[in-house]
Amino acid sequence: MQVVMRGLTRHFGATRAVEDFSVTLGDGELVCLLGPSGCGKSTVLNMLAGIVPVSAGSILFDGEDVTGLPPEQRGIGLVFQNYALYPHMTVMGNITFPLEIQKLPREEREERARAMAELVHMQGLLSRKPRELSGGQQQRVAIARALVKKPRLLLLDEPLSNLDARLRLEMREEIRRIQQETRVTTIFVTHDQEEAMSISDRIVLMKDGHLQQHDRLQELYNDPSNQFVADFLGNPPINNIPGKIKGGRFVTVDGSAVRLPGMEKLKESAAVNLSVRAESFLVEDGPDEDRLTCRVDSVYQTGKEEMAVLHYGGHGFRAYISSDYGLKKGDTVHLGLRGRGVFVFDLQTGERWL
Amino acid sequence: MTDSAARRRVGLTLQLLGWALMLFSPASLPLTGNRLLALVFLVSGAGSLALGLVLNHGYRVRAVTARIIRYALLTLGMLAMMFPFYWMISSAFKTSPEMNLFPPSMAPRNWLNFDNFVIAFEKAPFARYFLNSILVMLGSVGVTALTTILAAFAFSRLEFPGREVIFSLLLSMMMVPFEMLVITNYQTIVKVTLNDSLYALVLPFISSIFYTYILRNFFQSIPSGLYWSARVDGCTNWRYLWKVMVPIARPSLVTIILLNALASWNSFMWPLLVIKSDLNRTLPFGLYTFTTEAGANNELLMAASSVVVLPMIILFLIARKQIIRGVARGGIKG
Repeated sequence: MQVVMRGLTRHFGATRAVEDFSVTLGDGELVCLLGPSGCGKSTVLNMLAGIVPVSAGSILFDGEDVTGLPPEQRGIGLVFQNYALYPHMTVMGNITFPLEIQKLPREEREERARAMAELVHMQGLLSRKPRELSGGQQQRVAIARALVKKPRLLLLDEPLSNLDARLRLEMREEIRRIQQETRVTTIFVTHDQEEAMSISDRIVLMKDGHLQQHDRLQELYNDPSNQFVADFLGNPPINNIPGKIKGGRFVTVDGSAVRLPGMEKLKESAAVNLSVRAESFLVEDGPDEDRLTCRVDSVYQTGKEEMAVLHYGGHGFRAYISSDYGLKKGDTVHLGLRGRGVFVFDLQTGERWL
Repeated sequence: MTDSAARRRVGLTLQLLGWALMLFSPASLPLTGNRLLALVFLVSGAGSLALGLVLNHGYRVRAVTARIIRYALLTLGMLAMMFPFYWMISSAFKTSPEMNLFPPSMAPRNWLNFDNFVIAFEKAPFARYFLNSILVMLGSVGVTALTTILAAFAFSRLEFPGREVIFSLLLSMMMVPFEMLVITNYQTIVKVTLNDSLYALVLPFISSIFYTYILRNFFQSIPSGLYWSARVDGCTNWRYLWKVMVPIARPSLVTIILLNALASWNSFMWPLLVIKSDLNRTLPFGLYTFTTEAGANNELLMAASSVVVLPMIILFLIARKQIIRGVARGGIKG
């Protein structure tokens, strides 16, 4: 099912949880709603579910306006962080509950529940109570319960946050597999960028109730629309070196300067961040105007490459450098910049200039 | 090494001797009839025990001693609590001359002497009182449970303007003592001409703010995810309440119902005010009038009292664990 959100807005009193949020999700896609805590991603999900009323804007499911519809008429399945299983019912009772409400005959209910249990690999545990299951198993049951009535849209609200690290990896792949087998349009809310990267087709990145960027992971990483997107994705975090544009060059507080293609078009004396991913540095053999001359502060081994902490223009930053160069603390090194993973952002607004 | 081993053996012997002396001291009283001697036994036993403990203070010995003392104290407490009950029940089986013996006898001569019950039931319509009590209890407990569940759901799950204000107002009503409400309640009951009827005993007790408060707290501890999962699946509020919330809250509900039943069963002042005719009396009230009618026949009174408290004791024994669990949980939340 195609989901369209147009100018979606939600105010709680004076606070604006979500502001003018517009996104279109394709049929059968698995999309991650990613952002730091309190950015409004859960509010978006709750508006889609009909739990939280919409202050302004509209929601379309396959072209049909569902903005004012109550939750039960939207055809959605919900999975919560704390699983929200009914503690007094067995696994079977939990999975059949949505069908019981639809007044399906018992046999059909149980048949469909069994098929669902098989899909989530819980077929042997149908007579257990939720408290007799592990966290991962409980989450499988919650997913089966959400899917058993064949929803048009599956909404998962931080479904893996309560699991330990190993289970989280496993359940991540399970959710991906279940989604691909059922092809149900799925929205997955998380604050964990790694989770979002590994699971989803596309990522919707939010901050302070505003949409930041909606794209494939590679595009978000290689072509961030602003400083926040560049900062949020990537490990280690992107290096930000503050400075000014002077005469088509980037000049730091201590006067170190570097010229990058395109800088001549930027506004003179604008305060900017030169943001470079750790893997976007190249070691060169001498100084040049498009190179950074840096001091090596320390070097870590990370396996095939070395992570160097360098000093440039009054600021420290991290770079992956091949261990072939045998850098040591105190060395001076000349670094060129690759074409990819190098950006210039406005220091104040975070807008991207380059 | 050998020195400490010897010391330990002496200590243990002294302890055993101390215990023996202390246990023997009450028994020596009827044997010798000398109170001073018994006291000497008790004190010397305690001294010997203390000395033994000093000489041999191994962990096991200390743990065992502590446990013996703990259980001795608990047993004393239990006896103090149980004795009135025992006295009531044993007296119910005594004949009138047995009752007036001095010193009093600890047990009736014939444990199967049901005469007192028969006489008591003949002298006053206890069967009728019993029925009245049960009807009043079922009525008020049943309706209270219903109103409590519905109100607790509304105050915990439904959103409506003024919810918190109304609830605080209700809570503040809890501060008004029942004795103050008695007058207005009485006037109301008289106005609707229901006084001297069983309805008058049920009507003022068909809701409870306190139980609503306890249950609301419990309902609020149920994650909202359950509610929204159910709503998204098309479950109505009504159905969610009875299919999900009430089964989850069962321990709390059982406690509330039992406490309520107990209060209803034992209520005395209100029936005394509104009930005039003999046939509409409940058990405690009936028992009270029976005291004046039975006069000095304490064995009849004890028989009647046993009948009054028995159902509640049975109820409590059955639901003991549930009550303790429910009260503990409500207490933590409140």
